[in-house]
Amino acid sequence: MKLIKTLMTTTAVTVVAGAVSAQEMADDMTIVSWGGAYQNSQLKAYVEPYQEMNPDVNVVWDESSNEAVAKLRAMNEAGNITWDLVDVVAADAIRLCDEGLAMEYEPDELLAEGDDGTSAEDDFGDLIVSDCFIPQIVYSTTAAYRADLLPDGAEAPDSICAFFDTETYPGKRALERRPINNMEWALLCDGVAKDEIYDVLATEEGQQQALDKLDTIKDETVWWSAAAEPPQLLADGEVVMASSYNGRWFSAIEEQGQDFEMLWDAQVFDLDGWIIPTGLSEERLARVKDFVKFATDTQRLADQAKYISYGPARQSSAPLVGQHAELGIDMAPHMPTDPENAKNTFVYNYEFWADYRDDIDAKFQSWLAQ
Amino acid sequence: MAEELVVKTGRPGMMRFTVPVVGGLGLILGFLTGNVVGAPWLGLILGALIGAVLGYGLNAMVPNKALGRWGVILVFALVGMLTGGLGGALGGAIIGAIISWFAYWIGRGTYRDDVPIYATPGQTLWWNFFLFLCGAIFIFLITPILVVMPLSFNAENFFTFTPEMLRLDPEGYSLKHYRDFFQTDDWQLALKNSLVIAPIATIISVSLGTLAAIGLSQSHVPGRRAIMAILISPMIVPLIISATGMFFFYSTLGNFLEGSIGMSKSLVGYIKVILAHAVLGIPFVIITVTATLVGFDRSLTRAAANMGADPVTTFFRVQMPLILPGVISGGLFAFITSFDEVVVVLFVGSAAQKTLPWQMFIGLREQISPTILAVATILVVISIALLTTVELLRRRSERLRGLSPG
Repeated sequence: MKLIKTLMTTTAVTVVAGAVSAQEMADDMTIVSWGGAYQNSQLKAYVEPYQEMNPDVNVVWDESSNEAVAKLRAMNEAGNITWDLVDVVAADAIRLCDEGLAMEYEPDELLAEGDDGTSAEDDFGDLIVSDCFIPQIVYSTTAAYRADLLPDGAEAPDSICAFFDTETYPGKRALERRPINNMEWALLCDGVAKDEIYDVLATEEGQQQALDKLDTIKDETVWWSAAAEPPQLLADGEVVMASSYNGRWFSAIEEQGQDFEMLWDAQVFDLDGWIIPTGLSEERLARVKDFVKFATDTQRLADQAKYISYGPARQSSAPLVGQHAELGIDMAPHMPTDPENAKNTFVYNYEFWADYRDDIDAKFQSWLAQ
Repeated sequence: MAEELVVKTGRPGMMRFTVPVVGGLGLILGFLTGNVVGAPWLGLILGALIGAVLGYGLNAMVPNKALGRWGVILVFALVGMLTGGLGGALGGAIIGAIISWFAYWIGRGTYRDDVPIYATPGQTLWWNFFLFLCGAIFIFLITPILVVMPLSFNAENFFTFTPEMLRLDPEGYSLKHYRDFFQTDDWQLALKNSLVIAPIATIISVSLGTLAAIGLSQSHVPGRRAIMAILISPMIVPLIISATGMFFFYSTLGNFLEGSIGMSKSLVGYIKVILAHAVLGIPFVIITVTATLVGFDRSLTRAAANMGADPVTTFFRVQMPLILPGVISGGLFAFITSFDEVVVVLFVGSAAQKTLPWQMFIGLREQISPTILAVATILVVISIALLTTVELLRRRSERLRGLSPG
């Protein structure tokens, strides 16, 4: 009898708990992001101020941006969209938009106008690379190295080609486990002129040339898939140089006091921003729209740069970028767009990779497996 | 003949046996230490020499074992201190303890104590080798768990033994990852979810699994084997396949509960994950309860019925107490399945239901923060405490029932 009683009490408690939380969570919003320092900057700059204004809103984070496309497809098929707002890179936003999984929007309607009165559409300008993409930041994929692990007498590397120079800089290096960026760097270091790289990469021979160049360091390379890995590998001394996102490097160097040096050469600019999934109920959509309008206004985008070294996507935010919220250092010299850092840069070629990604991905993966 | 016996049971030959064997261990330890300092071959030679000298010196000149061992430990610790600070002292003391123990163990013939007197040298070697092998396997199993613990006190945000930590400098250690666990909403939400989902899923699996096992143990149930196979299948089918199937099944169920019955989104989320975990836990309960039912005497139920008890009373008063150990261990398995599970919850749950393993998984993938290690340490300590409690309770009940003398 005792067991039945226990069972019944537990069930009753569960039902009551469920009913109570149902009331509290009516204003639920699930935001999908990347975790780590980046998500923290969004929490501090957007979500906490928004919750101060709307104390009833309860935000749940889901660190699934990495597999956002696959998961959104599955959710759509199952007819059960649990996400309200998704942070993705521009290339994923373009794919999601093409598949109808992301909602198209009207910039001047959805987004606030700039502090200086420019319309949202002009303020974001070219960065709205897709009808569904709400730009947030400009970031770059760039490199860092451990000066103390270089051989005695070796000069500090000043070019991305140091990755391919295993004689001067012996030791392991870490690169991202995908063709994007690596293929461009390989061709650049194989003597291809910068403005011809995508023409060369469009051909079979060019792709083979890039893979051949990468082949020279294949045995020395650790391939990473999450951006948190390279700082860990470098801190361990497992590799001497690594590529990652510039914000991750900033966080490791300035906030956690790691002894890394930046290698800004041939950094690749890319965009990151929000998309709103299609198929949200009216209530949820209204909440998300309200949040997005707030979170992408001039001041909020500038505020985010207090916590992480990514450039705000609005032109009107740039003059407002100030100092790091806790360290009090000027953020401008750490921005990828700072003239000192941006001497030699690439811009992620969305059109090229949209056309060639599947093909080159397959070749790259089979090359890796060899 | 008599002379041979004396030789075998007495001390082994000093120059023929003790010195080379202890020197051999010194060689290995010296090589390892040498690797740490960066001079492996020098370490190898020095280690072999020191080992040989200790093998001779301790056995021939220091008959007081305690004095000899502490002396060696102290000297080694001092040398370690001079070369590598506090961490070096600790390392030196450990090496000193190992080699001095080994020197007496070999030199005094203690290694032969547990071997029958007629064993050949080969058998003696095998016997001791076997003991070392068992020790090595134990170390192999436990070290990965132990390594996690000091790392969780790292003052830095990386999985690295920093130089400060190796020197045992207090600066290198901190509790910040534990603070992070207890103060971050994400971790607290995950802990709360795990503590809600796992017990409820366990209760469901234990009730359903026990009933199923009892039903399936009746000989008159048709198709027993087929039903059993289906019920066990969640344990056999690869988890990722169950998870994919469950994702689509529970999405439809969830949409129905939300849309037609009007339950809240978060309650439906919990129901989905709890049901999915209960399904995963049921096979464990069925298997353990079926195993205990084999030893259950059917005539007891008939005796109870003879005395006028209805089946329900018989179940709770007679059968349940006897099969309780099986039910409890099945319940423990079901609990741990749910508490450890990451694949199904990633598919079926939404972020509001993220459990501890989910949070650890993304923590590992997105930020590689030692907070994961802090959580792992806490979980290991809790598991040890739980297992100890269960074992103590078991012994106590055995003692009360007079099953064991202690």
